[in-house]
Amino acid sequence: VSAAVEIGTPAPVRVCPPPEPNCAHCGLPVPAARLEPKRETQFCCDGCESVFAILHGAGLTEYYTQRGPSDARNGTPQRSKRKFEELDEPAFRQSRCQPQVGGALSCEFFVEGVHCSACVWLLERLPRVTPAVFEARYDLTRSVLQIVWDPTLAPLSEVARALDSLGYTPHPTYSTTLAAEQRKGDRALLLRLGIAGAAAGNVMLMALALYSGEYAGMAAEYATFFRWGSLAIATPAVFWGGNLFFRGGLASLRTRTPHMDLPVSLGLLAGYLGSAVNTLRGQGEVYFDSLCTLIFLLLVGRYLQRTHQRRSAKASELLNALAPTTARLIEGEALREVPASALRVGDIVEVREGERVTVDGVICNGGSALDTSLLTGESFPEEVSVGDRVHAGTSNLSAPIRVRVESVGSDTRLGRLMHSVETTQRERAPIVRFADRVAGYFVQVIVALAAFTLLVWSRLDASHAIDHTVALLVVTCPCALGMATPLAVSAALRAAARCGVLFKGGEFIEELARPGIIVFDKTGTLTEGRLALVSWSGDEALKPLVRAVEATSGHPIARAFQRSIAGNDLRCEAREEHPGGVRARIAEPGRDARDVLVGSISFVRAILGSLPIWAINLAQAHAAAGRTPVLVAIDGEVSAIAAFADTIRADAASSLKRLAELGFQFEVLSGDDQRVVDAVVAELGVPLLNATGGASPEAKLATISALRAQGQRVFMVGDGVNDAAAMAAANVGVAVHGGAEACLSAADVFTTRPGLETVALAAEGSKRTMRVIRIGIGLSLAYNALGIALAVTGRLDPLWAAVLMPLSSISVVTAALRARTFTQSSTP
Amino acid sequence: MSIIFLILPVTLFLSAGAVAAFAWATRSGQFDDLETPGIRLLHDESSGKARPTDQKGEREAG
Repeated sequence: VSAAVEIGTPAPVRVCPPPEPNCAHCGLPVPAARLEPKRETQFCCDGCESVFAILHGAGLTEYYTQRGPSDARNGTPQRSKRKFEELDEPAFRQSRCQPQVGGALSCEFFVEGVHCSACVWLLERLPRVTPAVFEARYDLTRSVLQIVWDPTLAPLSEVARALDSLGYTPHPTYSTTLAAEQRKGDRALLLRLGIAGAAAGNVMLMALALYSGEYAGMAAEYATFFRWGSLAIATPAVFWGGNLFFRGGLASLRTRTPHMDLPVSLGLLAGYLGSAVNTLRGQGEVYFDSLCTLIFLLLVGRYLQRTHQRRSAKASELLNALAPTTARLIEGEALREVPASALRVGDIVEVREGERVTVDGVICNGGSALDTSLLTGESFPEEVSVGDRVHAGTSNLSAPIRVRVESVGSDTRLGRLMHSVETTQRERAPIVRFADRVAGYFVQVIVALAAFTLLVWSRLDASHAIDHTVALLVVTCPCALGMATPLAVSAALRAAARCGVLFKGGEFIEELARPGIIVFDKTGTLTEGRLALVSWSGDEALKPLVRAVEATSGHPIARAFQRSIAGNDLRCEAREEHPGGVRARIAEPGRDARDVLVGSISFVRAILGSLPIWAINLAQAHAAAGRTPVLVAIDGEVSAIAAFADTIRADAASSLKRLAELGFQFEVLSGDDQRVVDAVVAELGVPLLNATGGASPEAKLATISALRAQGQRVFMVGDGVNDAAAMAAANVGVAVHGGAEACLSAADVFTTRPGLETVALAAEGSKRTMRVIRIGIGLSLAYNALGIALAVTGRLDPLWAAVLMPLSSISVVTAALRARTFTQSSTP
Repeated sequence: MSIIFLILPVTLFLSAGAVAAFAWATRSGQFDDLETPGIRLLHDESSGKARPTDQKGEREAG
């Protein structure tokens, strides 16, 4: 038995059982092919091995004790292996680096791959790895690493490469002004919150004195003094802390869209003016304590919501920053990495295998296979050679190519698609949230009730009419109503993020809670988005041979062979790669070398002259079923036929069934061939409204718009740039894990775990969250009804108002925070 | 009881001081990152002593 076969099949007896088959760096199991029995430490890949070596060299082995046992299994370090030469451009230094004392410069980077506190520890010890760096400080909240380094000792690209070699790929923070603006907004809100909190606490002390004075008796001079004191404190709280609500209320009036801020402003203003007048008059009731508490609690809700919403926004921003914005420009004989925006029409750029194309152009040198699935939805790679057109957003799979630039940036096909995404997004009507719709009716009822109270009491007892009306407006000021949604939503956003679902805003939870039609993309969404060996007709013993022939190639079919068949140590004696196939000479131990051909029908036919009938029939049957046939010929005779297809995700059918239980209906809309779409739909076995193939990005957009025009609620789930415009047009666009950056920026919701189960989780969790919001709003309306009854009958005094409001708020908070919304286990 | 006329303004003055301190802290970015400093504190304690053979020395003055 040859060594190759022994590794390929599970061996009953192991010759040398390794003491610890887990990787010494990342803790993942070490694949059999990489086991080195003689060594003490084992590694699962080259990346782990080199990081381990760097850490040992720099005396940073403490990393392994810093991290907890659970942190270790976070996967292998991902290295981009880029050169980062664009960071050394003077333009970059001018716009993104700040000078520090002593000639040093500082720069900020988004850093990928930080998952535990040991990572923070390691990042901040960057000076030990690269002596040019003086200081490195990581900000977990923003995922940003600030570096201070000496530009005379090393260029920034070297620092970036050092970070990359540790497995933390750096990306320049692309919008410093946006981040600064956001930070300013955060700080302003926090300051409001602080002022409102301080005012609420101090006013409450005085209110306590006033209330006890009312029951135990208090000299009028003291009461007046306390009331004036309360007025002094409440004024900044109302007009500084609360002007957020006044602005929102005004905007709501001006645009005639219902919003929660309107009833809040009404209550605040009526309460403040009524109490201020009563303070001046020296008689009547004052509500300063209730007003301040109200403002404080509402601001707490706003703050929580903003924080959690920003977290998802940050995650999408980070993913956005991953887009390659550099290209390798060829100048005579030299290669230079430049920002893609600096390229001109007519320039020649090189795109190596595994890299993303960043321009539209024509190939002037080399040939390769391009993965166009993110741009067009086609599951099978496109073979290109000199003279063929390539587009930005595709990735180069097998060999380096040189491309003459024809258009860059917004003039590329990708750029035009993104432009249509932006237009569609701008035109989409804003979602009116449930609580705001309730507030719209609420404010009408309150105004009517206030008018009624004023009218009735001015007949009964004119001196108290205004007091009772003010009391009504204060007690109905919807504190709990205003808090119910932000609290439930911020708790839900946090729970959802833990389950791998990121919502860009709370309103999309509400949209997803009601069923409608879900339109799925096929390639990469319903399917894995990469080829896998699905059928092998021929001798099983030939598989190791084919694997060895395909071992060194980057061609998509070769990659699929590498994934589907276990590795071995057979080596080719001779090997030549042609368009369409590979020809090699290979010897198994103890046998003569054999001539092996692996390739397409036309390639094998061209070399052999003719093909047996059975092979042609089988290959054509595969092609008809949407699979890609590959022929294997040994010593001039066709011996096996393999078929490749993009397999359906393991959790697709079960997830769709869960969604169907919630009342969703499905459609499939793909850019791929209709035959492939039909094959996938048949295998899926879930009833669909429609399954369309060959749809261009524009056709997808048109389909979604047409469905919406019919009054349907439409959700688009996809992963490619070709889905982006359709996502922007849908009620909610969902981008699945592994999608294109362009698609993530268009999506409203995106998942951070592979598979479709997260989509089902998102819908189920949204439905539960909506129930929590409804309960909160119901509770607060019930308290309000009680308050209204007391106010209209004239029995409400400030003490009642002060007790009722926090009571209603506490019950709403408890309901919101205790609810289970997004959970892994599926119990809708 | 008339001492209240003195105490209350003093209290308000002190509260105003606290609010001003909070405003200063907020504006100078003390609340921007609430996660990392807590972690960093734990690191600095153990790392400084555990590696005496450090060639470069801690240049990370906080």
